[in-house]
Amino acid sequence: MTPNQPATSVPHPIGDSVTRVDAKEKVIGAALFSDDLQFGPGLLYARIKRSPHPHALIKRIDTSKAQALPGVKAVVTGESFPGMTGLYLQDRHIFCRDRVRYVGDPVAGVAAVSEAIAEQAVELIEVEYEPLQGVFDPEFGATSEAPVLHPDLGKYKVQNFIFPKPGTNISNHFRIRKGDVDAAWSQCAAIVEHSYRIPHIQHVPIEPHVAVAKVDENGKVTLWGTSQSPFAQRNLIAIALGISQSDVEVIAPYVGGGFGCKAGVSMEALAVAVASKTKGKPVKLRLTREEEFYTAFVRQGMVAHFKMGCDAQGRLLAMQNRFYWDGGAYTEYGVNITRASGYSSSGPYDVPNVKTDSFCVYTNHPVGGPMRGFGMPEMHTGLEQCIDELALAIEMDPVQFRRINCVQGGDTLVTGMTMHPTGLSECLDKAAKAIDWGRKVAPSAPNKRRGKGIAAMWKAPAMSPNASSSAKVALNEDGTVTVSVGGQDIGQGSFTIAAQMAAAALGVPIDWVRVATPLDTNYSPYEWQTVASRLTWSMGNAVAAAARDARQQILELVAKAWNEKIEDLDIVDGNVISYKSEETISLKNIAIYGLPLPNDQGWIGGPVLGRGNFMPTYVTGLNAETGQGPRAVVHYTTGVQAVEVEVDLDTGKVQVLRGVGAFDVGKAINPEMVKAQMEGGFVQGMSTALFESLQLKEGVLQNPSFVDYRIATTSDVPMDIQSIIVEVPQDDGPWGARGVGEHSMVPTVAAIANAIYDAIGIRVGAPPYSAEKVYLAMVDAGLVKEMEG
Amino acid sequence: MALHHITLTVNGEFEQVDVPSQMTLLQMLRDKLALTGTKNGCNAGECGACTVMVDGEAVNSCMVLAVECQGANVVTVEGLAKDGVLDPVQQAIINHGGVQCGFCTPGMLISARALLNRNPEPSEDDIRAALVGNLCRCTGYVRIIEAVQEAAKRQKALN
Repeated sequence: MTPNQPATSVPHPIGDSVTRVDAKEKVIGAALFSDDLQFGPGLLYARIKRSPHPHALIKRIDTSKAQALPGVKAVVTGESFPGMTGLYLQDRHIFCRDRVRYVGDPVAGVAAVSEAIAEQAVELIEVEYEPLQGVFDPEFGATSEAPVLHPDLGKYKVQNFIFPKPGTNISNHFRIRKGDVDAAWSQCAAIVEHSYRIPHIQHVPIEPHVAVAKVDENGKVTLWGTSQSPFAQRNLIAIALGISQSDVEVIAPYVGGGFGCKAGVSMEALAVAVASKTKGKPVKLRLTREEEFYTAFVRQGMVAHFKMGCDAQGRLLAMQNRFYWDGGAYTEYGVNITRASGYSSSGPYDVPNVKTDSFCVYTNHPVGGPMRGFGMPEMHTGLEQCIDELALAIEMDPVQFRRINCVQGGDTLVTGMTMHPTGLSECLDKAAKAIDWGRKVAPSAPNKRRGKGIAAMWKAPAMSPNASSSAKVALNEDGTVTVSVGGQDIGQGSFTIAAQMAAAALGVPIDWVRVATPLDTNYSPYEWQTVASRLTWSMGNAVAAAARDARQQILELVAKAWNEKIEDLDIVDGNVISYKSEETISLKNIAIYGLPLPNDQGWIGGPVLGRGNFMPTYVTGLNAETGQGPRAVVHYTTGVQAVEVEVDLDTGKVQVLRGVGAFDVGKAINPEMVKAQMEGGFVQGMSTALFESLQLKEGVLQNPSFVDYRIATTSDVPMDIQSIIVEVPQDDGPWGARGVGEHSMVPTVAAIANAIYDAIGIRVGAPPYSAEKVYLAMVDAGLVKEMEG
Repeated sequence: MALHHITLTVNGEFEQVDVPSQMTLLQMLRDKLALTGTKNGCNAGECGACTVMVDGEAVNSCMVLAVECQGANVVTVEGLAKDGVLDPVQQAIINHGGVQCGFCTPGMLISARALLNRNPEPSEDDIRAALVGNLCRCTGYVRIIEAVQEAAKRQKALN
C-alpha cells in the first residue's frame, strides 16, 4: 500500500470526515493551552520595557531603581545579549542594544514575583533616547532620501535566496524577467494600470502569546509556549544565545490560533533572555491584548503597482508589477514574503511576458511576519481586480477571461518552472455555477444595490527549499498506536489528519490511534515549522512512511513466525491476516512482546517502532537577476471564490450575502475539515475586506483593541457559504493531498471588491471597504448625494 | 492587601476562597480553583473567551470582581457535561465541526447554554445576537450557529 495510489483505491479512513481527535477535550475545557500550565509558587513573571519612539538611538539605560524594587528578581537589557536572530535574515537582537526601530521595540525586561511588581519595575527603568527621523512609507523607504534603518545590513547573515541591498532600506529585491514585456505592450488591445495600497493587519488569534522559560545551572533552556514552530524556535534561540540546539527544549501545548504570528521566534526569546538571569526559576511572559496588536508579528502593509495587457481575444500578453512591502523594523521573515509574491506574481495565469520587482523595505512600523496567505491575499487583492478591469476593457465576461488565461498543467510559469496538473479551470466553472454567475438578482430593498464578484488564486508553500518533516509510529501493548509528530495543531486539524493517515497506512481502526501531545523537541520528531499549509502534504508523507515502516516490521515478523510470504499477508482492522493460510492474529498480541517460534524455540520480534521522514529534494535556486530556474516551488494549490453582496446606498454598508469557494486540494483526507478551512478562511478574508486595518500614525498604532480593531462576528457572516472540493492529485502528496489552510483567504478581498464594483460601478481602492469609505466613494462618484445637516 | 473570604457554588460544588479586592472572577477561577477551561483572551471584556454563567447569566468573567460573587452560582465550561454526558451544545459543536483551535470554544459554549436556558427555541438572529460578543478567528461562525440550532432541537426532543 503506497500513499500515492489513485483516488479509487484509497484505504479507510482516508477521505472520511472523522471527528477531530482533540474535539472532546476542547469542548469540556480540559485541553491545555500554554497559559493553563501550572508551575507552582516559584514562578516569576516578566514584563517588557518598550520603546515609545518609532526610531531613536539609545543614549543611556538606567535600571538601578527597578533593580532595587522589592520583589524584582532580575532586570536585563540588550547589553548581555549580543547574538542575533531571524529566520531568513538575522537582523534582530533579542533586546535593542543601540537603537530602537518601532514603537514597542523591547529595550529591557524584568522578572518579578508578580506581574504587578514587574510592571512597576518596568516603569522605573529610565531610558534616554535621541529620536531620529522615521520611515513610514515603503516606497519612500526604498529611495536614497530615506534614513537608513539598518546600517549593518551588509553584515547580517542571510539565506542565499534572499538579496539585500546594503546601504539602503531594501532587505530583499526579488526580480522576475520572463519574455519581453516592453515589446509586448504594442501588441495589446487593452492595458490596465492600477495601484493598490494594502493596510497592515493583525492575526489576532483569540489566544495571546505566552512563553514560560527556565534556564538551569548548566545553561539548559526549557521553553513552554504558544508555538507553531518549536523546532525553529529551538534552532534560532540556540543560535542567538550561542548554545547547542540539544540544550534547548521547546514544549508546545495546544495553540489557540496561530495564522502565522506564532511561527518563527518573536517574544519567546525575551522570556528566555530574562530567565537566563533567574537560574532555575521559570519566568512567564504573557502579551497583553494591546501588546498583541503591535508587538507580535503583523501582516505587512504593501504598495503595489500593476500594469497588464491582453489581446483582442482576451489572451494575457504582459504583466509588469512593482511591489513595495512595508516590512517594518525587522524583516527577518518578511523578506521571504517579498520573494513569494515575486515568484507567484503572474497570479494563477499563463502570461508569456512578465516583469516583476518585489522589494522588502525596512520601515519604522511593527515587525512584519508571516500571516495566512503569506503575501498572496495582499497581491491577489490588486491583481484580481485588474483582471476584472481588463476583461471589462475588452468587453469580455470576467469568468470567460479567467477561463482563457488560467494556468494549466504543462504551462511555463513566471519562473520557468513547468506547472503540474491543476484543477483551476474546474474550480472556476464550479464556483461560477454555484453563485449563479450571470444571473442578476433584484436587491432586497430600493436603497440597495446587489452584485456578484469572482476571483481566482494560487499559492505555493513558501519555505526553505529543503524544509522537512519526520514522524514516529509506535505500537502499544494492546495494539493501539501512538503517532508522534513535530507539526502543531493550531486548529487546522493536523493531528486528526496524522491519525487518519497512520490508521490507513498501518491498517488499524482510527480510534486505535493517539497523537502524542504536547509537542516536545526532546521527544517529538523534527518538523521545520507549522506554516505554509505544508503539514498535510509534508508531515503527512512522513506519517505515512512511518506507519508503512511499522507495518513492514509487523508483516516481516508474522511471515517469519508463520513461515509465510509477506505478499500473502495484510493488516486489516488491527489484525494481521493471511490470504493464503487464512490465519489471523490481533496486533495486540504481538506489538510489544513479539511472537513465539514453533516448538518452543524462543521468540522473535520486539517493540514495533516505525520511522518516516520527508524532504523535498527537487527545489532549485532562482537566478538573482531574472528569477528563472527549473523548479521554484514544490507545488501550487489553486482555487476560486465567488460572492454576492449588497451595498446600502444610505450608509455604504457592504453585506456579504453568500460565498462560494472551490479549491483543488489534491485529495481531501477529511472533507469536512477541508470545508471548515474553506469557510473559516473565507470569513477571515471577508473580515479583512470589510473591517480590518492597523491604523498607524507616525509609527504609533491608534487602534490596539478589539473595540477599535473590529473583526467579523456572528452578526456579519452569511450562513450560505458553499465549499467545493476539487481533487487533481499531487504527485508527491500522501494519497495525492496538498494543503488548503491558507488559500481560502487569498482571493476573498478581490472577490468582494469585484462584487462591490458589480453592484455600484465603483472601485473603492484600498481595503477595508468600510461603510464610511464606500459611502464617501459613492458621494465622490455622484452615485449618492451627501446627506445635509 | 485585604483578603475577602467568599463562599459560592462553582459547577455545583460549594467553594470557599480568599480573594484580594481587585481579583477578577476570571483570575479566581483560573488561579485559585484551577479551572483553566475558562480562557483569558483580552482581559478587557471584548473577546468573550472568559464567558461563564453567574446565576444563569452569561458574563465576561474578566469584568466581574471575585468579591461580587459571594453567594453566586457560577457555571464554567467544566460544569457543562453531567456524569460524563456532554451537554447538547457540546455534542452539537463537535458534530458540526465548530471546533478548531478551541480557545473561544469554552466561552462560546457558555453563551450558547445561557441562551438555550432562557430561550429554548431561538431564531437564527437570536443565536447571532447571543454569540456576538464571542470572537472566533478560526471557524467563520457558521458551524457554531448551526450547532446551536441543532442543540436546541435535540434539547426539545429530550424534554
